[in-house]
Amino acid sequence: MNTLKDVAIGQSATIKKLHGEGPTRRRIMDMGLTKGTEVYVRKVAPLGDPIELTVRGYELTVRKADAEYIEVE
Amino acid sequence: MEIKIALAGNPNSGKTTLFNDLTGSRQYVGNWPGVTVEKKEGKLKGAEYKDVIIQDLPGIYSLSPYTLEEVVSRTYLVTEKPDAIINIVDGTNIERNLYLTTQLLELHIPMIIALNMMDLVRKNGDHVDVKALSDALGCEVVELSALKGEGTEGLVKKAVAAAKSGKSTEAKDVLTGEAKDAVAKIESVLAGSSDQRFLHFNAIKAFERDEKALEALHLSADQKSQIEAIIKDAEKALDDDSESIITNERYNYITGITAKAVKKGRAKGELSVSDKIDRIVTNRILGLPIFAVIMFFIYAIAMGGWSVSIGTAATDFTNDVIFGEWVPGFFDALLGLLHVEEGTVLYGLIQDGIVAGVGAVIGFVPQMLVLFLLLAILEDIGYMARVAFVMDRIFRQFGLSGKSFIPCLVATGCGVPGVMASRTIENERDRKMTLMTTTFMPCGAKLPIIGLIAGAVFGGSPWIAASAYFIGIGSIVLSGIILKKFKAFAGIPAPFVMELPAYHIPSFVGVLRATWERGWSFIKRAGSVIVISSIIIWFLSSFGSVNGHFGLVDNLFEDESIVTDTYVEQLAEKMDVPVEDVNAMDASLLANVGNAVSFVFRPLGFGNWKPTVATVTGLVAKEEVVGTFGVLYNYDDSEEELGEEGDQIWDRVAADYTPIAAFSFMIFNLLCAPCFAAIGAIKREMNNARWTWAAIGYMTGWAYVLALIVYNLGGLFVGEVSFGVGSVAGILLLAALLYLLFRKGYQATAEDVNPNAVKANA
Repeated sequence: MNTLKDVAIGQSATIKKLHGEGPTRRRIMDMGLTKGTEVYVRKVAPLGDPIELTVRGYELTVRKADAEYIEVE
Repeated sequence: MEIKIALAGNPNSGKTTLFNDLTGSRQYVGNWPGVTVEKKEGKLKGAEYKDVIIQDLPGIYSLSPYTLEEVVSRTYLVTEKPDAIINIVDGTNIERNLYLTTQLLELHIPMIIALNMMDLVRKNGDHVDVKALSDALGCEVVELSALKGEGTEGLVKKAVAAAKSGKSTEAKDVLTGEAKDAVAKIESVLAGSSDQRFLHFNAIKAFERDEKALEALHLSADQKSQIEAIIKDAEKALDDDSESIITNERYNYITGITAKAVKKGRAKGELSVSDKIDRIVTNRILGLPIFAVIMFFIYAIAMGGWSVSIGTAATDFTNDVIFGEWVPGFFDALLGLLHVEEGTVLYGLIQDGIVAGVGAVIGFVPQMLVLFLLLAILEDIGYMARVAFVMDRIFRQFGLSGKSFIPCLVATGCGVPGVMASRTIENERDRKMTLMTTTFMPCGAKLPIIGLIAGAVFGGSPWIAASAYFIGIGSIVLSGIILKKFKAFAGIPAPFVMELPAYHIPSFVGVLRATWERGWSFIKRAGSVIVISSIIIWFLSSFGSVNGHFGLVDNLFEDESIVTDTYVEQLAEKMDVPVEDVNAMDASLLANVGNAVSFVFRPLGFGNWKPTVATVTGLVAKEEVVGTFGVLYNYDDSEEELGEEGDQIWDRVAADYTPIAAFSFMIFNLLCAPCFAAIGAIKREMNNARWTWAAIGYMTGWAYVLALIVYNLGGLFVGEVSFGVGSVAGILLLAALLYLLFRKGYQATAEDVNPNAVKANA
């Protein structure tokens, strides 16, 4: 399974499925990371975590631990 | 008739600017009942609208049941039923902003969409077809630039008209296929139990298994099982869970609309100015140095002791000149005219009780305003979100947010603005934890205590000061780790899924207003605590019983018929001081109280009334600890003023304390309950008496435990204390501390994520 965590900086991916449960998952979806959405991994924070994404035309940051729950293709 | 219009929208959509535009200075700032979420309402500007109230809702992305802000907002919308909603939408970020819009439309409340930042949209070369957008959503759309004040007049007219007409928007159905059918079926199950107006809204919430919404409907077990069966069928058919189904449907619906109504001018992948700034500012290599430089400047301007430190200079001026000379001088003259002599109760109450108390409140304000101004600018620019982005990795290790860095940094100057700076932390749990630990940092007023102990007992060793900072930082880190294992702070760590808003040029008026609001709320809400506490301490230290006569101890001591030699001898023996050192303070109520409760500190090595009294007066202001020592060690101030670090009494202090006891005293005073001003600030931010007491109790308890361990075990180690009950207690407490530190802790389930959400809903 490929997750958003594995996507290299500067690469894009399309979301296949969201795993996990509860508020974090809902929040991720509320922010527009839904099935079929294209995500661009823009950069990683100076200390290596979290990462910055471009999704639906705006910038979003998620922790790598949460990115692991986002399956991509 | 009064009209209520709710203002709803995403964070960073320009909602605050629009709210200020609409209401001007007629605002009331409070809190939503029982929670720390700020509540703002205001009267609409203009004579013809004097009965129109604008209710500003917290900035939210969704109406999910998971964050306090969202629960507060939807509870308001459903139970208070405002006459209309103004939904502010960021025109540069339409897709995600419309997600909330689709949810608001389901409430069937008359609604106007205010499409904000249209000036930026045009500047970017984008195009939004307002007519197409309006037709697709079934709701009027007004173009706006809140920052420039363009379009607000038209918006106001339309919003008031919509509210008066009471005609709810024709909500288009967002859902399709199986999801649509399932929700329709749930609607028929709910038909009798829900307000007709909110039927569709509740049916969708039921489909999402939103327990908070269902609780309010009081469904029967039969209804619940019917609904669950419908959900299960739909989930099976669509191969996804119900929450995802709804979210997907919404976003699909939105992409359908924006595909028709929005045209982006910029080619995909092309960088905007904001993108270019961000590439440098949060750069992998430059990110941390830039962060360090910005933090250094904030510290230097607001807190430092240099010529650029406007904040420190302003606060010193207020403390030393305005409340040091002018105000007391004015009252001196005024009271003189009224023939209120120095030495009377009234004079003391006004000068030493009230003026000193008010001074303690006002003294912090200039520095706080400077700091808040800088923070408001950073926030308005959009850098605050980047602070969290850069620091998150470090701070989440001990259960705090990246934004906790700023309160901790500021607290090294003064705990009061440090506590107030925690306002920028959105997450309630992180904010509470930051409030409970920030004042562990040695602030400017604690430095004299460190100086006194280092100078008197440790030969001025710089290691004492270094250890004080180490103990402060260590206490914050360890407390974070320990506290987050308790149920009240547990929970799946707040989702760190955060928008990094585009950089903006800050709005001058907005920044000034935000600065003033925070300063004023401190004066108003923390002020009473500080003034009352100061008066109580003044009363206890000025009054007392001298040889059977009750009154101002200073006056009674001047009366030789009362202060007889026998009495002085008795007092000297009672308070354990040499006969020639007996002074008025020894007879005060405070000394008696200190004497009675000093046993509490015996396990810490300073169970004597003098340090007890000094600790209590330290609550007024931490530097008072040294001043009190000056009085108690009978420094005769007729020769020269007592040095800030109490240089002149070092010998006497050194004679009274062993190094370990002195060190324990220092630790306790650095970590225990902060000064009344900081306590007032904590109370203001917690907005809850129980949590305020919990915070103070925690800090004092932590200080006590740490000082006890250091005194008994440290003392045992260096051979100052012999093995005994204290050592056993020290070992037990150390073991307990280690247990709390390393235990697995409370394991959160999804339901505990927001312990207060339930309360807010009830």
